[in-house]
Amino acid sequence: MKTEESYLEEVTASEYKYGFYTDIEADKVPPGLNEDVIKLISAKKNEPEWMTEWRLDAYRKFLKMTEPKWPNVSYPEPDLQAISYYSAPKRKKELESLDEVDPELLKTFEKLGISLEEQKRLSGVAMDVVVDSVSVKTTFKEKLGELGIIFCSMSEAIQEHPDLVRKYLGTVVPKSDNYYAALNSAVFTDGSFCYIPKGVRCPMELSTYFRINEAGTGQFERTLVVADEGSYVSYLEGCTAPQRDENQLHAAVVELVALDDAEIKYSTVQNWYPGNKEGKGGVYNFVTKRGMCERNAKISWTQVETGSAVTWKYPSCILKGENSVGEFYSVAVTNNFQQADTGTKMIHLGKNTKSTIISKGICAGKSNGSYRGLVKIGPRAQDARNFSQCDSLLMGSSCGSHTFPYIETQNKSAKVEHEATTSKIGEDQIFYCNQRGIGEEEAIALIVNGYCKDVLNQLPMEFAVEAQKLLAISLEGSVG
Amino acid sequence: MLKINNLQAGIEGKQILKGIDLEVKPGEVHAIMGPNGSGKSTLSSVIAGREDYEVSAGNIDFEGEDLLDLDADERAHKGIFLSFQYPVEIPGVTVTNFIKTAINETRKARGEEPMPANIMLKKMREKMGLLEIDNTFLSRSLNEGFSGGEKKRNEIFQMAMLEPKLAILDETDSGLDIDALRIVANGVNKLKSKDNAIIVITHYQRLLDYIVPDFVHVLHKGKIVKSGDKNLAMELEERGYDWLKEGVEA
Ligand SMILES: Nc1ncnc2c1ncn2[C@@H]1O[C@H](COP(=O)(O)OP(=O)(O)OP(=O)(O)O)[C@@H](O)[C@H]1O
Ligand SMILES: [Mg+2]
Repeated sequence: MKTEESYLEEVTASEYKYGFYTDIEADKVPPGLNEDVIKLISAKKNEPEWMTEWRLDAYRKFLKMTEPKWPNVSYPEPDLQAISYYSAPKRKKELESLDEVDPELLKTFEKLGISLEEQKRLSGVAMDVVVDSVSVKTTFKEKLGELGIIFCSMSEAIQEHPDLVRKYLGTVVPKSDNYYAALNSAVFTDGSFCYIPKGVRCPMELSTYFRINEAGTGQFERTLVVADEGSYVSYLEGCTAPQRDENQLHAAVVELVALDDAEIKYSTVQNWYPGNKEGKGGVYNFVTKRGMCERNAKISWTQVETGSAVTWKYPSCILKGENSVGEFYSVAVTNNFQQADTGTKMIHLGKNTKSTIISKGICAGKSNGSYRGLVKIGPRAQDARNFSQCDSLLMGSSCGSHTFPYIETQNKSAKVEHEATTSKIGEDQIFYCNQRGIGEEEAIALIVNGYCKDVLNQLPMEFAVEAQKLLAISLEGSVG
Repeated sequence: MLKINNLQAGIEGKQILKGIDLEVKPGEVHAIMGPNGSGKSTLSSVIAGREDYEVSAGNIDFEGEDLLDLDADERAHKGIFLSFQYPVEIPGVTVTNFIKTAINETRKARGEEPMPANIMLKKMREKMGLLEIDNTFLSRSLNEGFSGGEKKRNEIFQMAMLEPKLAILDETDSGLDIDALRIVANGVNKLKSKDNAIIVITHYQRLLDYIVPDFVHVLHKGKIVKSGDKNLAMELEERGYDWLKEGVEA
């Protein structure tokens, strides 16, 4: 209850609350993209040769590809030659305790209300903090180590666990999957790696906070989570970005591998800078997230998307093994001039596979939100089942909401159900809240949180509270 | 406490209230009766601050302040409560969460700290006992799928939690079964004090057997056409409204 109370106190702020900038010295390569830059990144990171070759191969594939135009969004094409592809805080030595962390960085986390200290104490969350492409701090590593769990930055994984990385990297999202995935494969600077050994239940939520920090630095995160047979892990990813008056490109790739009987729960709260009220600035967020389920495995994606100027993102599941389960729970908010085209793909390949899609869109201001979902039932997916529920909530009359559900069935025994609703927040509801002493902004936050409940309930507690805050903040000033 | 002076109000150019005068003092219970469409709910909405209604003349004074200058939530913070004739559903928001938000937003507006969770829970239990409300009720979505009677009981539960100075009960009795009516009315009576006041809007004498009014007013076509004591309600029960209407229509 305590946390919800403090949430109420915080919904009164107005401008983009997390818009601040941490002044950390950075080591940066000049803007531009070519094979030399990629070799430089690889060299700076002291990577083995196979990794350098992997990157170059991805780059060559990338050169033959073009940007996808099918998402229902429009934006000026980012100038990839104007981006600097590598930036690392100058002080790079390993840190053992928080005392060694840059005080500027600690201040940043305090402003976010999620100081490392607090997180450590409150929730036993181990964090791999990514600031400007290089991990600064990994906590709880030893405790995890006892169970054989590996949770570290991708750079470290390439050094310390090359066999695992080599075995799984690019197996779920191939280098040539799409334009931005190929770009990411060529130039990714860091990200997280996680491996849960056979039969191990990871005892704590694994959490990463991503930030874009240096002006003009593209952020290309690479995340790989491998849950070995019969294991379980819950992984949290959240991000906020400093306010900037220029577009920033974010093209991450996340790959999940759930082997037989394993379960991965992947939760995201995404709050990149959405641009100002006139639609200027803001982050472009083009993300490829995909999970592979082997026999009896389960992957569930939960996402709360409130940020970015332009988003396209379709966390997907390939249900390869029989009896495997895929879930997608999503809240996507767009306000002002934001554009989002998001949804999921559930690819049923194995027998008896099941998927659930719950998508809640909220559109305000002059924004545009689209749900795009694909449910594909392969010929061998006997008795596959899918249930999809796609709701939209509109605030005001200048926003737009679209639903594109695609269903492809190649097996007659499959059962696919799709439900969709569109609603508006009623004046009656707002007056009712007002009459009980709840002001307009709080009333909207309350009603919206109620509407999103099925999704928020999927998030771990601390994350749910944070998500509620973000929903409230991102909808401020959207009525009246 | 409440002084309404020549209040005229309407909606979309249609005049509904045509000059209402009403004074309510602390400790009093006023009943407002009158035929369907006479403007009872409109009057309560205008007092509560619903923006759809335009006030064209008159004023509403509440403890020395002109209510018409305040937004609905600010009026609620001053201690005005409306039990809705048709309570609104808010899917996904539990009764507990809603009441907690209402209480703490009100406290915040008054410059007070949020109510500690344990005190709030204790209070909820006490008021639930008073209104014979089941525990499972708290975790249900506000009014969603509630029966008519449950909705009304929930309104009075909120009133009990918010402890308003002036409560307007708009047809709280309709939808309640005979036992529920007694329970809810007894609950309301227990909440009564010399410092607060209640306006009960009803069509039936039955409720007024429990919540005994000091004054009864008859509203007809946007005007109070007759005021009296509780005997007026009994007379209405017997004779209907026609004898009062004639005078006005002439
Ligand atoms: N939003 C509205 N738009 C148009 N007309 C309205 C609106 N609200 C009220 N009215 C009209 O104003 C008049 C008074 O309505 P009101 O609801 O106040 O009556 P009431 O006395 O509460 O009736 P009842 O006993 O049936 O509850 C009615 O003729 C009604 O149709
Ligand atoms: Mg009425």
